[in-house]
Amino acid sequence: MALHSAIKGKLISVIGDEDTCVGFLLGGVGEINKNRHPNFLVVDKNTAVSEIEDCFKRFLKRDDIDIILINQNIAELIRHVIDNHTQPIPAVLEIPSKDHPYDASKDSILRRARGMFNPEDLVR
Amino acid sequence: MSGKDRLPIFPSRGAQMLMKSRLKGAQKGHSLLKKKADALQMRFRMILGKIIQTKTLMGEVMKEAAFSLAEAKFTTGEFNQVVLQNVTKAQIKIRTKKDNVAGVTLPVFESYQDGTDTYELAGLARGGQQLAKLKKNYQSAVKLLVELASLQTSFVTLDEVIKITNRRVNAIEHVIIPRIERTLAYIISELDELEREEFYRLKKIQDKKRIARAKADAAKALLIAEGKLREEHAANMLDEGDEDLLF
Repeated sequence: MALHSAIKGKLISVIGDEDTCVGFLLGGVGEINKNRHPNFLVVDKNTAVSEIEDCFKRFLKRDDIDIILINQNIAELIRHVIDNHTQPIPAVLEIPSKDHPYDASKDSILRRARGMFNPEDLVR
Repeated sequence: MSGKDRLPIFPSRGAQMLMKSRLKGAQKGHSLLKKKADALQMRFRMILGKIIQTKTLMGEVMKEAAFSLAEAKFTTGEFNQVVLQNVTKAQIKIRTKKDNVAGVTLPVFESYQDGTDTYELAGLARGGQQLAKLKKNYQSAVKLLVELASLQTSFVTLDEVIKITNRRVNAIEHVIIPRIERTLAYIISELDELEREEFYRLKKIQDKKRIARAKADAAKALLIAEGKLREEHAANMLDEGDEDLLF
């Protein structure tokens, strides 16, 4: 398994608003597999939370995805699902979106670390 | 924890030796695990510091990337749908390597370029420069995010392992070692008890023997005094005076 994953390159998937997705796709992370499933999800104001949730869970199950990038404001919507995901792989990264600045105190990982460090103190 | 909590073992010297070696083993294991926990903790703190640093940096990089996207849009016009529809193969992929910290394997992600740029011709009409800059910005953002992802993965893994190790350290310190010590104390007390019993029995037997001998002596003395029994000495082998053997 380890050998297998070392040979085959894994993907980065993106869940985010249109601009974030477009940016990362131009950066070259996008891929559509044989079943025409993209590795990204564009979330606009009409996207239902359940749809995001399902998509996120689908990404977690796919074994060719190692990193999931998700806009923080969208991560807030499905926070319970993200908090439930405790495996190291795939890694879930919360990124700031264009119109929502990054708030370190909301991050799942940093919240776990708060017991030891206060992220606010170190960010400043 | 009740004082009765000890290993079910028969109190004997062998069991005592066994317990002693187990106690030693437990103490050694405890100190080793403690060292491991410390090493992991050190690494963990380092990673945590780096994560926070990188997260702040990421904020800036993302801001710049988003700004360059706006710039490109301004010059090129709307291209969102074109980009979203033209996705085929990923250009940036992730390789996983393993790092080893005190026996814990941590995955390390590494991004690499694979294949050609799908959007080579995007912005050919106008705004090509802006688009190129945009691509570069997002590629550097991806690189940073991949780095951050491996830090974060290490963080999660280490967090888990540290918890397990601490649990083990505490279990050995507060459960296993006291239990072995209690068992040892029990064995020693039982052995002492046995020894005392044995000593007492020996004394008792000696007493009995002495009384019996005194009685026998008295009876003999009485018989001798009455002349019924001559005092006999055991014949000495050296006094027998064998006849000389001549050949």
